[in-house]
Amino acid sequence: MTTAVQGTPASRVGLDRRLVAPLVLIGALVVAYLLMVAGSCTTTGVGNCDKWAQGQDQFINALTIGGIYALIALGYTMVYGIIELINFAHGEVFMVGSFVAWFTLTTLGFSGPISGNLPLLVVVVAFTFIVSMAVMGVVGVIIERFAYRPLRNAPRLAPLITAIGVSFILQNLVFVIISNSIVTVPQVIPNPVLSIGPISIRAINLFVILLTLGLMVALHLFLGKTTLGRAMRSTAIDRDAAQIMGVNINSTIALTFFIGSALAGAAGVVQGLYFGVTVFNIGFQAGLKAFTAAVLGGIGNTTGAALGGFVIGFIEVLSSVYGVGRWAEAAVFGTLVLVLVFRPTGILGQQLADRA
Amino acid sequence: MSATVTPVKGGGASGAKNVFGVRSYLGKHQSLSILVIVCIIAILLPLLAVIPPFSGFGTQKDWVAGFAQAGVFVLLALGLNVVVGFAGLLDLGYAAFFAIGAYTMAYAASGFTGLDLPFWPLLLVGAIVAAVFGVLLGAPTLRLRGDYLAIVTLGFGEIVPVVFLNADKYTNGTNGITGISQPSFYGLFGINGFGFTNPWPYYLTILVLITIVVMLLYRLQDSRLGRAWVALREDELAAASMGINTVTTKLLAFAIGASTAGLAGVYYAAKLGSVTPDQFKFDVSFTALAMVVLGGMGNIWGVAAGALIIYELQSQGLKQLDAFIKALHLPAIGPIDINQINFLNFQYLLYGLALVLMMLLRPEGLFPSRRRKRELHEEPAVDELTSPDPTGERE
Repeated sequence: MTTAVQGTPASRVGLDRRLVAPLVLIGALVVAYLLMVAGSCTTTGVGNCDKWAQGQDQFINALTIGGIYALIALGYTMVYGIIELINFAHGEVFMVGSFVAWFTLTTLGFSGPISGNLPLLVVVVAFTFIVSMAVMGVVGVIIERFAYRPLRNAPRLAPLITAIGVSFILQNLVFVIISNSIVTVPQVIPNPVLSIGPISIRAINLFVILLTLGLMVALHLFLGKTTLGRAMRSTAIDRDAAQIMGVNINSTIALTFFIGSALAGAAGVVQGLYFGVTVFNIGFQAGLKAFTAAVLGGIGNTTGAALGGFVIGFIEVLSSVYGVGRWAEAAVFGTLVLVLVFRPTGILGQQLADRA
Repeated sequence: MSATVTPVKGGGASGAKNVFGVRSYLGKHQSLSILVIVCIIAILLPLLAVIPPFSGFGTQKDWVAGFAQAGVFVLLALGLNVVVGFAGLLDLGYAAFFAIGAYTMAYAASGFTGLDLPFWPLLLVGAIVAAVFGVLLGAPTLRLRGDYLAIVTLGFGEIVPVVFLNADKYTNGTNGITGISQPSFYGLFGINGFGFTNPWPYYLTILVLITIVVMLLYRLQDSRLGRAWVALREDELAAASMGINTVTTKLLAFAIGASTAGLAGVYYAAKLGSVTPDQFKFDVSFTALAMVVLGGMGNIWGVAAGALIIYELQSQGLKQLDAFIKALHLPAIGPIDINQINFLNFQYLLYGLALVLMMLLRPEGLFPSRRRKRELHEEPAVDELTSPDPTGERE
C-alpha cells in the first residue's frame, strides 16, 4: 500500500500536479478494496458467502478503524511538530476518553440504542463528544503544564521518561479507580443498514467516517486559516522567531495539547460507540499504532498523520481478512521499522527531512 | 548502602577522607573492592532477613529466594543502565532481550526440544544470542534520532512476546515451555541439581553473576568506549567530529545492554523452570527503566541499589502495607472503604508517579553519579552559552 501511495512523479505522466495525489489515493483505495474482496470468504469457507459484499464490509470497517487511528495520530503529530516530543501518554489520553464516554452515557442512564428519537440521539451523542473532548483537552493541558513544560530545556531523555511515567499514571489510575476488566459502553447509535446506491453501510460506520473526516477538515481549516493556527505553525517552524513576532509560546503549546488531546478524546468516544467496549490497557497498543501512523505519514504533518491512520487501519483489517489477524501488531510495527529505516520522512514528510 | 559504595567510584580520584589509606587502596583495586562489597552485601542481606520486622514477613528461605529473584532485576537494571545511563539511548523494549535469553535457555535445556545442554556455558550463549538480536535491531535504527529509537524499541518489545505467543508450533504459545533443566554444581559443595526448594545456590549464582557484570561494567565505563558513550550522550555532533564512530559506539552499547538482559534471561528461565510469553511484557521493560531512573542513571551502584530497593518494595513493601492497613480495620468513609482497596494494584501507578516526580525534582536519581549531578546542577548560565540548543529545535 505504501508504495502505491507514493506513485510516479507527475511530470513523467504529464498530468496536472494537483490531480496526482487524489488519483493515487483513489488507486490505492481501489487496490485495497480488491485485496479485501480477494481475501474474503477464504478463511470461513462457508458456501454461500458473497465475496463482494463481505469485501465491502471489511473495506468500511478498515475506514472506520483507520479513522480512530487517524484521530489519535493527529495529536501525536501536532505535539511532535511543535515541541519535538513523542507524547507517550497520548494513547492513554485516548483510553481515558473512552472511559469518559462510558461514564457520561451510563450516568445519563442509557444502556442501549436510542431508536425512534432522532433529536435525542443527536443531542446525546453530541453531548458525549463535547464532554469527552473538553475533559481530555484539559487533561492534555494539565499533562503539558506539569510533566513537560518544566523539562522543556532539559536533556531530551527527561521529557520522554516523564511521558512514559504519565502514561503509566493514567493507565493505572483507571485500573485502580474504575475497573481492571472490560467495561461495556452503551452503543447508543442504532444499527440500521443504510443503502446509498450500491453501497450498504451501517449507520455507525457512516457516522464515524463522516465525523473523522469532518474533524480533520476542521483542524485543517483551523491550522490554515486562523491566527491561532498560524501561531501554532510558526511556533513549530521556529520557536524563537515566533516569540519575537509576538506569539505567546506557552499558550500556543498548551493549545496544541488541548486540540491534540481533544481529538484523542473524540477517538475514545468513537471507540466506545463503535466497539461497545473499553478496557484500561487499550491505550498502549492504540497509541503505538497511531504513532506508527504519524511516522508513516511524515511526523509533524497533519495530512500525513490522517493518511497514515487509514493505512494502518487497512493493514490491520487486511491481515485479519487473510486470517493472520494475530500477526496484525507485528505487521504494524514491522511497517514502522521499515518506514523509519527506508523513508524516515514518511509519505508526506519531505519538509522535515533534516529532522529525521 | 550508598555510603559504603561511593568511595569506589571514579577510580583513585575520590579522596575526601582517606582513612588508613583504605579508600585509595580500594580505588586502585576496583575489581577487588567490588568483590569485597558484594561479599559484605551477600552476607548482610540474609542476616537482615532474620531481624524482627523483616523476619515477621517471611522465613529466611523466602527472603533469600526473593533476593535471588531481585538479583535478576539488578542484572536487568545494570544492563539497561549501559544503554540509558551511559550512552543516553532510551530503550523501551528491553524485556525483549530478557525474553530472548530466557527462551534460549528453554530451547537448549528442556524436554520441549529434547536438548539438555549444561547451564553454565548457556549463560554465555544466551548473552551472545541476545546481543546478536540487539545488533540486528540496532543496526538499522540507531542512525535515527533518539526518540525514534525509543519508539522502535517499544515496538520491538511488543513484537517479541507476540512472536513467542503466536508462533506456537515453535514456542508452545501461551503455555510456554516448561520443564527447563536445573543448573548443577556437578557434586561441588555437595550439590548436584539446584532443585526448586533450596534458594541458596541460586542466591550465590546470581551474586557471582552480578559481581562479574559489575566488574566488567566498571572497566567498560572507564575505557575508551565508556568515554565515547559519555561524549555521545552529551553531544552527538561534537563526538562525531572528534572522530567517534557514532553508529558503532551506539551499537556496542545496545549489544552490551542486550547481552546482560540475555544473561539474566538464562538464569531466570533456569530458576523458574518454565517460560511463558506474558512474563516478558512491557511492564518488565518499564520496571527496569524505573529502577535505572530512580537509582541514578549512569551510576552502577546506584542502579543496582535502585533495583534491589524497588524490587523489595514491590514484592514485600506493598504486600505488608496492604496487610497492615487491612489489620487496622479502619471504618469506611462514605463510599470509600479502605479495606476494599488492594494496594498491590498500585505498583505501576507508583512507578509512574516516581518517574515523573524524579525527573522533575531530582533528575539525577537517588544515588547520582558524580558526573550526572554536576551536569544537572551546576551553573546553568554557563551551560546555555556553551552547549548547543538542548531542545535541538534550531536547524
